[in-house]
Amino acid sequence: MKPAAFTYHRAHGVPDAVGLLTDLTAAGEDPKLIAGGQSLMPMMTFRLARPSALVDLGPLRRVPSMTAISESGGTLSLGALVTHHAVETAALSPGFAVLARAMRWVGHLPIRSRGTVAGSLVHGDATAEWCLLALLLDAEVVAEGPAGRRTIPAGELFHGFYATAVDPDEVVVEVRFTRPAPHAALTEFARRHGDFAIVDAAVALDLDEDGRTSGGRVVLGGVAPAPVRVPEAEEVLAAGAPADDALAAAVADAAAGAIDPPDTDDGAGVSAAYRRRLTRTLVADACRQASGAAR
Amino acid sequence: MTDPHLLSLTVNGAEHEVVVEPRRTLADVLRHDLRLTGTHVGCEHGVCGACTVLLDDAPVRACLVFAVQAEGSEVRTVESLAGPDGGLSDLQQAFTDHHALQCGFCTPGFLLLAEGVLAEQPDASREEVREALSANLCRCTGYQTIVDAVCATARARQEAR
Amino acid sequence: MTSTPTVPADADPDRPERGDHPGDHPGHHPPSTGPRFDGHRGRWVGASVPRHEDPRLLTGRGRFVDDIALSGMLHAGFVRATVAHARLTGIDLTATREVEGVVAAYDAADLALGDIVAILDRPAEEFTPTAMPILAKDKVRFVGEPVALVVARDPYAVEDGIEAAQVSYDVLDAVTGEESALASDAPRVHDEAPDNVLLDVSMFDTPGVDEAFADAAVTVDVVTRSGRQNALPLETRGVVAAWDARDDQLHVATTTQVPHQVRTVLARCLDVPERTVRVTVPDMGGGFGQKCVVGREEIAAAAAAKRLDRPVKWIEDRREALTAGFLAREQRYRTRAAFDADGQITALDVDIVCDMGAYSCYPFTAGIEPLMASAEMPSVYRVPAYRVRGRALTSNKAPTAPYRGVSRPQYVVAIERVMERAARELGLDPVEVRRRNVITQFPYTGVNGVTYDPGTYRESLDLAEATMRDEGWYEERDRAAAQGRHLGIGYCCFSERTGYGSEAFAKRRMTVVPGFDISEIRMDTSGAVVVTSGTMNHGQSHETTFAQIVADRLGIDVGLVKLRQGDTERISYGWGTFASRSVTIGGSAVALASERLGELLCRIAAHLLETRPENVALDGDGGVVQLDDPTRRLSFTDIADVAHLRAHLLPKDVDPTLTATASFDVPGDGTFSNATHAVVVEADPGTGQVRILRYACVEDCGVVVHPQVVDGQCRGGIAQGIAGALFEEVTYDSHGEPSAASFIDYLVPTASEIPDVSIAHLETPCAFTANGAKGAGEGGTIGAPAAVLNAVNDALRDTGVELDSTPIHPWTVLAALEGTP
Repeated sequence: MKPAAFTYHRAHGVPDAVGLLTDLTAAGEDPKLIAGGQSLMPMMTFRLARPSALVDLGPLRRVPSMTAISESGGTLSLGALVTHHAVETAALSPGFAVLARAMRWVGHLPIRSRGTVAGSLVHGDATAEWCLLALLLDAEVVAEGPAGRRTIPAGELFHGFYATAVDPDEVVVEVRFTRPAPHAALTEFARRHGDFAIVDAAVALDLDEDGRTSGGRVVLGGVAPAPVRVPEAEEVLAAGAPADDALAAAVADAAAGAIDPPDTDDGAGVSAAYRRRLTRTLVADACRQASGAAR
Repeated sequence: MTDPHLLSLTVNGAEHEVVVEPRRTLADVLRHDLRLTGTHVGCEHGVCGACTVLLDDAPVRACLVFAVQAEGSEVRTVESLAGPDGGLSDLQQAFTDHHALQCGFCTPGFLLLAEGVLAEQPDASREEVREALSANLCRCTGYQTIVDAVCATARARQEAR
Repeated sequence: MTSTPTVPADADPDRPERGDHPGDHPGHHPPSTGPRFDGHRGRWVGASVPRHEDPRLLTGRGRFVDDIALSGMLHAGFVRATVAHARLTGIDLTATREVEGVVAAYDAADLALGDIVAILDRPAEEFTPTAMPILAKDKVRFVGEPVALVVARDPYAVEDGIEAAQVSYDVLDAVTGEESALASDAPRVHDEAPDNVLLDVSMFDTPGVDEAFADAAVTVDVVTRSGRQNALPLETRGVVAAWDARDDQLHVATTTQVPHQVRTVLARCLDVPERTVRVTVPDMGGGFGQKCVVGREEIAAAAAAKRLDRPVKWIEDRREALTAGFLAREQRYRTRAAFDADGQITALDVDIVCDMGAYSCYPFTAGIEPLMASAEMPSVYRVPAYRVRGRALTSNKAPTAPYRGVSRPQYVVAIERVMERAARELGLDPVEVRRRNVITQFPYTGVNGVTYDPGTYRESLDLAEATMRDEGWYEERDRAAAQGRHLGIGYCCFSERTGYGSEAFAKRRMTVVPGFDISEIRMDTSGAVVVTSGTMNHGQSHETTFAQIVADRLGIDVGLVKLRQGDTERISYGWGTFASRSVTIGGSAVALASERLGELLCRIAAHLLETRPENVALDGDGGVVQLDDPTRRLSFTDIADVAHLRAHLLPKDVDPTLTATASFDVPGDGTFSNATHAVVVEADPGTGQVRILRYACVEDCGVVVHPQVVDGQCRGGIAQGIAGALFEEVTYDSHGEPSAASFIDYLVPTASEIPDVSIAHLETPCAFTANGAKGAGEGGTIGAPAAVLNAVNDALRDTGVELDSTPIHPWTVLAALEGTP
């Protein structure tokens, strides 16, 4: 269990990183960026990933914007090297507090100390909490490549099975969350604390002053090759009803009925029926937690 | 193609320069190049936590850091915890008082994890300590006495303030 | 959750005054003027003295095998089979040898080593011996089997070299379980065993079984299964081997619980005299049985070191440990039991099948699990008639080794499920059914011919139940049910034979019969002692507990005692550590050696004091006192000074040395520890997750040498038992591919999953171990699976579903709760 050999290159700025990726690719190399490395390194250790070159974004931690957490005009902006733990301990406004609360589900403290938000999004695991949160809060990923910067909305980011819309020669510089949700929650189920979820669910409720929903988001991980929004469940929220247990159950039923989860995908005997059943439980829990979240 | 890199880092207050292959993990450099063998390796994929060290004061898995990524960083390992006279630290003493170690293989990782947790949450409740310690695996103790030792240390440090 | 009953912080009111409760008085030392040694307990035994092992382990000064670095050391790794069952059609190591950093690569033909063969002294119709080659020869029999050895300058280059190897296979169908092993057209794992059965023994068929079933008021018939587990020491296996040209000797530092057995097998496989092999064991990061058998990798690495005349290190990585290390536990029991109308069991008829994997382990053989289960199955109950058949199957899975408990977690699940099911059939409380059957008169000789020494089977059961009642868990269970929640209470009552002596092991008909232990003790000129033991610590605190025993016998400070283990040059012979034998057998040997040294000291002192030997005695404070004039006393330092430096003053018939040697073997059937576990669980109706709300253990391991250590063994064992009950399993697909190659898939529970455990001690001193102690190493692991399984079934009592297998998966529980099987 040792990684295959690679060449190592430190990036000293975003343009430098883009340049290194471009040049290495042109030289026939298969370069990959590394930031916290908490997803990449285990894959390299098992030689499931074997980039011939690594471009290390670590030195960019000295660039203030890369580790900045800032909020303005209803948008939360996270520099690409912001760690899970930095979010966990950040003083976020109620509209984004769900992000901090959700961090306890991301691995364990030593992983959260080093792993980055952008790294998690680009890794694109179907159950990764950040991938669900990106869909929940309409994230945009700002990526810089040889042709300049572009903004990729979360809805277009995840292609499934660890593939994302960020190109191999692009460097994520910022992640923006554009949809504050004071009534939001993420919850999940794994057999062991800190593990990748079997199923995870995130819910945001748009509530009027009477505590009735006027819309919202329902996002699921672990039920498809990529994290997904569930329009059928969101329609229940849009139809408007008091945010109570009955609504939670209705949203949960709609979500569970709408999905077509994989069967025994990991050989551990987790059936589609069980994932559907977990979905019902978790969506209902997330709804209840969301309705209580900012009251 | 795997050109060695000259790496400078500070470990337990001492500066070191080591020539390493880029793929060499921080755990291997600490153990085999610097001969600080108190840091143990139990899985090499970031789950067991036996290799937990403090990297710039944050607990990290030394198996999930390439040593070259630690350039210019400060690392603390179990070898730094005892006093200059070799006396056990309060946390180490609590571990022995509570029988929080049996074979001792996971112990250095738990000690460094606990130091990281206590620095973050000095007033952590027993349940918070338990959840934080679930980052690492122990096969001998059933964890109860490790939780006891860390909670006792937290209490004593709070009282000493 | 509404009101939860209060759990007292220390829920063991009956715990005898002894030592300290951890944390009350950290670093406690017993008073120096404590009671004199009473035959079992003294100034040190019974106290939680600070562990001798701790300072080095807490400061990073321990030395584990991977901490060893020798000049010129090379690193080894293995090309391993990627298919479960195949004929080897080619091994091409050309590219491997060209990889930068690779020094050598060998296949079986290159190394030409002897095979490991473990044999039972049983007829061919009962046992089929099979050979385990060091590297696969013409066939591979499981995914992960070592095919070739790569030696390189560092472990990274080793991996590159392994990757470059080309192995071609003629793939055969794989045997992956009982059904595929026993099918009439099943592929043969070993040609010697055409039916894939390595052992088939019907150990008992006593009169009256069929009659009892014919006359039974109630019969139960239950099939129980346990998943394949990994004992999973956190330190993987490893070895550093070096040829010492000066001593003409191969020095092998390795992670083993059985150093002398490794030496024997190494010498045989390398075809060299045992004298030319020295096995040492550094600090060891757990073993739990996985390291009590001889591994092929340590032999291959040692062979390479000899051949290359360079030190060679092999450290098993976690993927290898999970897929190719010795696994354990996969068993199936069909248990039929007859009960009379009073709830008394009248007969037991059991069929046991153990999937031992691809090879028989040395020295125990593939027979160990079914033979253990067959011999012990009646458990703590008075069973008048007993029939049993036990089989060991071979399959295309990683081979197995004895793992903490060895079949007992499984047969205890089987018999405890029988008790629960019978209770339901009879309309009785399950604790009451146990009470009506449990052995209460000792010594008791069972239908299995085993004589059980005194224990507290009934008492532990009563106390465990009282604990549950006093804490209000029965009321809580009813309240929860009224709220639609699913709480369950479960028990497990069991005993465990600890410290098998030679006589007991001989009944298994091994050709290699473990049992005794030898200890040598030496006092130096300062009055400090070094004592040896053939046991092998890997976390159990031998350095501390053995020192306590010695210190009490000699009446010296515990800090003056140093234990030496794990060196075939220093220890004349030993059987290592397994089967909870260390403190019972090894501890007795050091006690007897200490007594002999004490006698020698008295003899010398009497001579120097110019009095009769009967007129002196150890004074309990590091000296010998003259009985008729206590003002006349010699300290051990005085005596040691004479013995070594002024030997002309010694009595003429005393050698100028302060050494003594003793051996100990457990007579007859050995000694039985016992315990009852009581568990409260709650099943989550939304996920099927089982959460443990309360875990209480009432145990009796005789005299407790070190309370903290015994509690630690219980809790650690229980954690492993819970792991088997709820989390851990290696499954194989139909091609023999294992499911768990990482800690992502093999679910070792964390602090969040393992509950706090209260432990109450009852104490029945063992009459024939030298210190009254019984073993304590395995009990926790044995009791937990059945207790948890019974509690889950109690939580599911209204569903009509009975779960009889482990691990219990959340989806199974959820399906039961929802009535959707």
